Amino acid sequence: MAIFDDVKEVIVEKLGADADQVTPEARFVEDLGADSLEIVELVMGLEDKFGLSISDEDAEGIRTVQAAVDYVEKNQ
Amino acid sequence: MTELKRVVMTGLGPVTPIGTGRDAFAQAQRAGKSGIGPITRFDPSEIASKIAGEVGDDLSPWLDAKEARRLDRVVQFALVAADLALQDSGLTREDVAGERTGAIVGSGIGGMETFEAQARVSFERGAGRISPMFIPMMIANMSTGHVAMRYGATGPSSTVVTACATGTGSIGEAARYIALGLADRMFAGGTEASIVPLAMGGFANMKALSTRNDDPQAASRPFDAERDGFVMGEGAGVVLLEEYETAKKRGAHIYAEILGFGVSADAHHITMPAPQGAGAQLAMRMALRTAGVNPEQVGYINAHGTSTPANDLHETQGIKHVFGEHAYKLAVSSTKSMTGHLLGAAGAVEAIAVAQALSDGILPPTINLTNPDPQCDLDYIAEGAREQQVQYALSNSFAFGGQNAALLFGRI
Repeated sequence: MAIFDDVKEVIVEKLGADADQVTPEARFVEDLGADSLEIVELVMGLEDKFGLSISDEDAEGIRTVQAAVDYVEKNQ
Repeated sequence: MTELKRVVMTGLGPVTPIGTGRDAFAQAQRAGKSGIGPITRFDPSEIASKIAGEVGDDLSPWLDAKEARRLDRVVQFALVAADLALQDSGLTREDVAGERTGAIVGSGIGGMETFEAQARVSFERGAGRISPMFIPMMIANMSTGHVAMRYGATGPSSTVVTACATGTGSIGEAARYIALGLADRMFAGGTEASIVPLAMGGFANMKALSTRNDDPQAASRPFDAERDGFVMGEGAGVVLLEEYETAKKRGAHIYAEILGFGVSADAHHITMPAPQGAGAQLAMRMALRTAGVNPEQVGYINAHGTSTPANDLHETQGIKHVFGEHAYKLAVSSTKSMTGHLLGAAGAVEAIAVAQALSDGILPPTINLTNPDPQCDLDYIAEGAREQQVQYALSNSFAFGGQNAALLFGRI
């Protein structure tokens, strides 16, 4: 749960999304209104927050809040 | 070439250190209010000039949370000014959507705050960590882009970047698109948000800025013997320009007509004006000639009047060359004495001041002119705002790089 909360914090900050909307199944583009530049900012924000280096290929696969949480749990 | 259309100003959007919106700005000018104070946006202790004209008004009523977060302050000012101009014109957002409306909203520098912040990221953390929003937040044409996007205005679009002549140049260029029949309406003006260490330090080290830090409200004193540089200001001016017949048909309030436009180069020095304001003279003469107005018909000049020793002297000399004996009969004032110098926004804010002067019959003053420079011996309206109806007025803007622009306005 701690990781979910940290991921949520980055999403709220980088996408300007309402905290209520950041549910595990929420999709960044379709549900949270992110554009392509904001996705890049979000990925960079996750890298900073969790000390990760996320490749472009991996970033392509992170399309939902849950996918971001899973990625962090696996790679942190 | 078809016959040129007439171009009028029907909406005024000032965002300035002395007031935001048409009425607040007009009232502050009449009262001779100074918008200058100690810098609060950052700690200026390392910079020689510690004073500026900051915009204190809350912009949040105009901007949603995402705009407030995603846009540099320079674009935020532009959007608020554009909304104000639109509202003032009586037109709706639907009216300005589509290809018959365009925009030219320039900036002398662009998103300086973003530039400085992301340069720091690059130095401290490496270029790989620069925000993907850096470029779209920083580039100087983005205010034009955002104004067009805000309303869906797909007509003529361009950006003038001529430092301190930007606002005047933008309005002059935009008016031409309407005159040529390529648009019915244009959002035109300038915006600037450079009260940041990088810009303040740069201008201060050029010795361009006033260091009268102990008396901020008296620091911007154009044409005064004790002037010691300009005072940085921030904000935006956007006007709605409209084709005359279209404006008349819908019963719009017309503040003024744009009659003439002049642009020239000193071709002399990067920052110093040409002797006797030679390039400025050419811009003023072009504005008169394109308007078909004689020098003797001009009743008011809104001077560039930055409060630097060089500008005010050479501008005064230039006015005397162009207007001869009439230079002593017309009224001249520098509204920068109140607002400070808004760089790329200055000319647009001053065009608004001129439009109000023509429409209301009140000429704005030059404040702080208590001990006139003997070489600056014109009527600068030093005693306070003056009730006087003039028919034709000129507005001057001169830039680093030696670029000069002048607009000639007429009362309708």
